Amino acid sequence: MRVTIRLFARLRDLAGSGELVRDVPHPATVQTVWRTLVSEMPALSEYERTMSVAVNADYSRMTASVNDGDEVAFLPPVSGG
Amino acid sequence: MGVPLVAVTDRVLDLQALVDELARTGSGDGAITPFVGLVRDHNQGRRVEYLEYEAYEALAVRALQRIVDEARQAWSDTRVAVHHRIGRLDIGEASIIIAAASPHRAHAFAACRYTIERVKQIVPIWKHEHFAGGDVWLEGATADPDDEAARQTAYRIACA
Repeated sequence: MRVTIRLFARLRDLAGSGELVRDVPHPATVQTVWRTLVSEMPALSEYERTMSVAVNADYSRMTASVNDGDEVAFLPPVSGG
Repeated sequence: MGVPLVAVTDRVLDLQALVDELARTGSGDGAITPFVGLVRDHNQGRRVEYLEYEAYEALAVRALQRIVDEARQAWSDTRVAVHHRIGRLDIGEASIIIAAASPHRAHAFAACRYTIERVKQIVPIWKHEHFAGGDVWLEGATADPDDEAARQTAYRIACA
């Protein structure tokens, strides 16, 4: 199945793109999507312990299931205000 | 025409519009407290030239709405409005405006402070700082809206 991956701020810079489309095996979790991404771009792994994740623009968890067509976002620590 | 109480925008922020909207829609209020966050010219020993703000807009709007709802739960008579700007901002420009309206000033001040503390905790917006000699992404809190300890910290600061 196919998911859209969104990356922001320094994660986006490291990946060279803010939006990627990838195929992942079904069934998948956010963790599956993250592993797919890190296997392709190992430099991203430094964010594994500090990032937040979202599915379809709602905060989520690494263990949450992901469906075909979902948008999965990986978010570095935030710095708004 | 009403002004949205929550917004993420690349336009110049208008505090008066927020204040007017709250005043127009709440006849029982005795106070409105504003907060304006500005881009300053220094940070951690660096001379800042300008900031670029990036957002995950769909989630940022939801997170701001969540904070406004939390504030209303904590101070039941209080309404909060908050707009965050994104894109390039020069020194002295407003990056965020907040207004809190309440029958009593203590609640308005507290809700206003609570809102800015929570924005820094859970809203997916990032500062890209351009300073003399380089640039850096600033990274603060790992965003977790369900982190009750963080929420309590914001509440304690608001009530201090």
